[in-house]
Amino acid sequence: MKKIIPFIVLDILKNKTVLLYTLLLAAFAWSAFALEDNSSKGLLTLLNIVLLTVPMVSILFATIYIYNSAEFIELLLSQPIQRKTIWTSLFVGLSLSLVAGFLVGVGIPILLFAPPDVGLMMLAVGCLISAVFTAIAFLGAILTRDKAKGIGISILLWLYFAVLFDGLVLFLTFQFSEYPIEKGMVAISALSPIDMARILMLLHLDVSAMMGYTGAVFKDFFGTIFGLFLSFGVLLLWITGPFLLSLSRFKHKDL
Amino acid sequence: MIAIQNLSKRFGKLTVLNHVHLACNKGECIALVGPNGCGKTTLIKSLLGMVVPTEGEILFQGKSIKNDFAYRKHIGYMPQIGRYPENMTIGQVITMIKHLRASETDLDEELLEQFDLQSLFDKRMGTLSGGTTQKVSAVLAFLFNPDVLILDEPTAGLDPLASETLEAKILEEKQKGKLILITSHVLSELDDLVTQLIFMQDGNVVFHKSMEALKVESGEKKIAKAIANILKQQAA
Repeated sequence: MKKIIPFIVLDILKNKTVLLYTLLLAAFAWSAFALEDNSSKGLLTLLNIVLLTVPMVSILFATIYIYNSAEFIELLLSQPIQRKTIWTSLFVGLSLSLVAGFLVGVGIPILLFAPPDVGLMMLAVGCLISAVFTAIAFLGAILTRDKAKGIGISILLWLYFAVLFDGLVLFLTFQFSEYPIEKGMVAISALSPIDMARILMLLHLDVSAMMGYTGAVFKDFFGTIFGLFLSFGVLLLWITGPFLLSLSRFKHKDL
Repeated sequence: MIAIQNLSKRFGKLTVLNHVHLACNKGECIALVGPNGCGKTTLIKSLLGMVVPTEGEILFQGKSIKNDFAYRKHIGYMPQIGRYPENMTIGQVITMIKHLRASETDLDEELLEQFDLQSLFDKRMGTLSGGTTQKVSAVLAFLFNPDVLILDEPTAGLDPLASETLEAKILEEKQKGKLILITSHVLSELDDLVTQLIFMQDGNVVFHKSMEALKVESGEKKIAKAIANILKQQAA
């Protein structure tokens, strides 16, 4: 695996898309902190931008990259290399490149402007989200041979997690507003990695005080060390789950 | 060396390989012939583990290749249409494969020199002509001195000079006692190379005979005519 990953990372860096992504994130981050007078507000602005762009770029870039690596995969398959190694190397190489792009783009301004505890948490969440959506891209890409269909699936998945899921949750909240659903909401938030990340971040910013009773329940849960570990655990599950599912399919795929 | 037992492959409703039984031994040079779409490439890809069979088993040196990968270090494979990462140069592809195999055996760089590929090392794979891509595939197949060579349409797209170089190389490897499996449409070029012939049609092995037996049975010297004669006899 160690032998393949450098080639993949090198190839991605040559691609320049990740470079552009880094520059874009850096521009967003610097301007978010420069425009807001206090760092907490800047961080909130940045959070919203990050939670929109990072999943989108990760899932789209990863999907396109997997389809474009068809030749590479074929070449490696005729060599004495395990299928598992090929697929895992591809995943690690892609995630590493995207995480590096994110860290360089957003990391520097955050470390300069934001308080270290919240800042580091934001970076950790961003890295996890990059890997989560790379894993989801792997699952989407293995489902179909057709590149256009694969990219379509990726866009739909991103749309679902970034936009539709919120709408559904809002709808459910209104429908069941008469009932004590606050605890259930915590569980439901685990169904979308983006929401999970957002709630986790919001509760560590000052704005959590404005979230009312539900916010208080969330704070009771996510604010504790146990809740923190549990939510990071859920994000890790969002990485390993889709990836392992795609791996088991890749092992039996005809090429 | 390679034993194929009751191998079947279906893509949906389409049966590409239908209960194929074959045995290939060391020192043989086997031609795999048959009309387009008869399952030759699928058979080869199953041998390499690129296609997962629906049924049956393939044994390599007595061991099943299912869920195994190490056996592939004994195989040199030259695909029909070599597909390579477009952004990598010839030099990078060759370096990468060498690096991956980390092979202890001596490298066989004879073809690399004969095809004069070193002068093209900086060229990107995406910009190469079909023939040059084939040359890269050939170099990679022979590079690690494998015991088994699987060549899918090796001379398609090569100019006559390069074709001849490659044929000479195949002959040389055959004399070293390696197992060589070739598919080809151009039957005449196989005349002086092969010792055995497998004829496939619609996913079935129609016959697997040694060249002497084939020539005696059909009374013909040329492969193409011999096959035609055998087929006529079988139909009658």
